[in-house]
Amino acid sequence: MTSSDLTRLSAEQIHEVLIRKEASAEEICREHLKRIQQQDPEVRAYLTVSAERALEQAKKVDLRIAEGGRLPDLAGVPVAVKDVILTRGVRTTCGSKMLEDYVPPYSATAVDRLEAEGAVILGKVNCDEFAMGSSTENSAYFPTHNPIDLTRVPGGSSGGSAAAVAAHLATAALGSDTGGSIRQPAAFCGVMGMMGTYGRVSRYGLVAFASSLDHIGPFGRTVRDVALLLKAIAGRDPADSTSADVPVPDYAATLEDGVQGFTVGVPKEYFEGLNPEIGDNIQKGIDRLEALGCKVTSVRLPHTEYAVACYYIICTAEASSNLARYDGVRYGFRSADFKGLREMYRKTRDAGFGAEVKRRIMLGTYVLSSGYYEAYYHKAQQVRTLIARDFIEAFDEVDAIVTPTAPHPAFGLGERIDDPLQMYLGDIYTVTASLAGIPGISVPCGRTRSAPHLPVGMQIFAKHFDEARLLQVARAFEKSGGLENGSDQ
Amino acid sequence: MELSEQEVLRVAELAHLDLIPEEIKRFQPQLAAILEYVQKLGRLDTTQVEPMAQVIAPGALSAPLRPDVARPSLPQEVALQNAPDAGAGHFKVPSVIEKAGTSGE
Repeated sequence: MTSSDLTRLSAEQIHEVLIRKEASAEEICREHLKRIQQQDPEVRAYLTVSAERALEQAKKVDLRIAEGGRLPDLAGVPVAVKDVILTRGVRTTCGSKMLEDYVPPYSATAVDRLEAEGAVILGKVNCDEFAMGSSTENSAYFPTHNPIDLTRVPGGSSGGSAAAVAAHLATAALGSDTGGSIRQPAAFCGVMGMMGTYGRVSRYGLVAFASSLDHIGPFGRTVRDVALLLKAIAGRDPADSTSADVPVPDYAATLEDGVQGFTVGVPKEYFEGLNPEIGDNIQKGIDRLEALGCKVTSVRLPHTEYAVACYYIICTAEASSNLARYDGVRYGFRSADFKGLREMYRKTRDAGFGAEVKRRIMLGTYVLSSGYYEAYYHKAQQVRTLIARDFIEAFDEVDAIVTPTAPHPAFGLGERIDDPLQMYLGDIYTVTASLAGIPGISVPCGRTRSAPHLPVGMQIFAKHFDEARLLQVARAFEKSGGLENGSDQ
Repeated sequence: MELSEQEVLRVAELAHLDLIPEEIKRFQPQLAAILEYVQKLGRLDTTQVEPMAQVIAPGALSAPLRPDVARPSLPQEVALQNAPDAGAGHFKVPSVIEKAGTSGE
C-alpha cells in the first residue's frame, strides 16, 4: 500500500488495514501529519496540530495490536476536532482572540470517548468565532478555504472540520451544530455531516453558544464512518444533565437494511427561493430514493418561513447570556488598559470579541431587555413550539424528510461577510431541525451543473432518536452511487 | 425598523461592551435590519401557544439528575492556570471598593 493511500482510507478500511498489519497506526498518523504539512497551507483547516499527542496515541494502538487485544472500531483513526470542543492540554481558542492562549484542564466527553476507542486526535480545526457564522470567515485567525475551490468558503461554522475531511487532512472530524454548523459545511465541501437528536451526544466540554440548540456531531467521508463516530460519542453522560438517558443502538449494524417500504416526505416549503441547480440535484436524489423502494409523498411544514427569525432571536438571547462569562477574570484575554473593574470587563470584551460575536451579543441583549422580552424572546419561544409541532405531525406520516441542506452552493470568500442578515437567511433549511431538536444529516448529492461544479448536499431528517433509520436512508443513497454515478454527471 | 444611536449605546452598556464610534455606526443599521426582519413573527397568532424553552423529546426523561454525592473537582492550581492574573490561590481583579478620596467607578 503506497503511503498516499493511507489518507484516502475510511475509518472502516483503517480498521481492516490495521488488523491485516498492512500499515501501523503510527504510519497512518504520520502520513496524515505529512499531508497536513503539505496541503494545509492552502486549505488552512487547522489552528493547532497536536502531533506529539497524536503519535503517542497511535503508538498505544500499535502496542495493543502487538499484544493481540481486541481492536475498537475507531482505533488508529485520525480525527480533527473543532476548536470549540475542549481537549485537555491542547490549546482551544474557539476561533477567538478571547481564548488565544486557553489550555483546557479537561476534555469534552465526546473527545474522551473517541480517545477511549483509540481514535487519534490530530489537532484542532478552524471555525467561526464561538461557532457564530456560516462561512468560517468569522475566525479571529484566518479564513479556511474550500478544498473543492480554494476561492470559496467551506461553510460554517464547522468549516475547518468539513475542509479537513474533504481534503483528506483527517479521516473524520467532530464539529458542533447549533443552527446548521455541521450540515451546511458538509454540504459545501461534499462530505457527510450529522447532528443527532438534541441530547443524543453529551455537550460536556463543548464551549456553550446557545445551550438549547448546541450539539456535537461527526463528519466523515462515508455514512458508515459517521455511524461509527456517532455510536462512540452518543449516550448519557452524568456530566451533562441535558444528555438523554436513551439507549444507543449499534447504528452500523442496521446500516445495510435498505429502505424498502420507507415513506419519505418532501416539504415544498424547502424548495422556494432555491438555487435551481441545487433543486435539480435534490429532485434527482429523491427520485433515486424512490427507485430504491421508498414511497415518496409531500408533507407540509408550514412554519418554515418563520424559522430564521425565530432561530436568531433564541440563539442570540442564549449567546448573550452564555458569553457573559468572558470578563477577563477566570480565563482568557484581559485588556491591559483599564481603570476599575467595570472598565476592565468592557474593554476586555470589546477587544477580545470579533464583530459577529458582538453583533449577536447586542441582539441577544436587546431581545431580552426590559420592554422587549415579550415581543421578541417569548414570542420566538412560542413560534419554536409551532415549528416543532410541524415536524411531529409530519412524522406521523413519514419515516424521513428529505430537503436541500442549503439554498445555494459554497459562495466566494468575502462575498457575504458585510451583510449579516443575508448570511443568516442562508441557514433557512438547517435551523428548523435545530429548533425542533430532531436529527439531521447532510449527504453529498452530486455537483452543480455549471462550472465550477460545486458540491450539493441533500439533507435527511428523522424523528427524535431515530438516527438509525436516518443513517439507513443515507447509506442506501450512498450505496446506490449517490448522484456521482448518475446519468447526469 | 428605527434603532437610535442611544439605543445601541444602551444595549452595549447592558452587554458590557465598550464599543468604539465606528462600531456603533456599523452595528446600528445592521441591527436595525435584523430586528426589522424578525418582526415577521408578529404575523403569527400565538395567544394559545406554550413557549418552548428546551427540547424534551418523546421518550427522553427531562433533565435527569445524577446522585448528589461529592466528587473530586479541579485542584486549585489547575483551576487558576488560565487566569490572566492570579495569586495566593485567588483570581486577582482590580479593587472594587474605592479608597477614600479617590474617584473611580
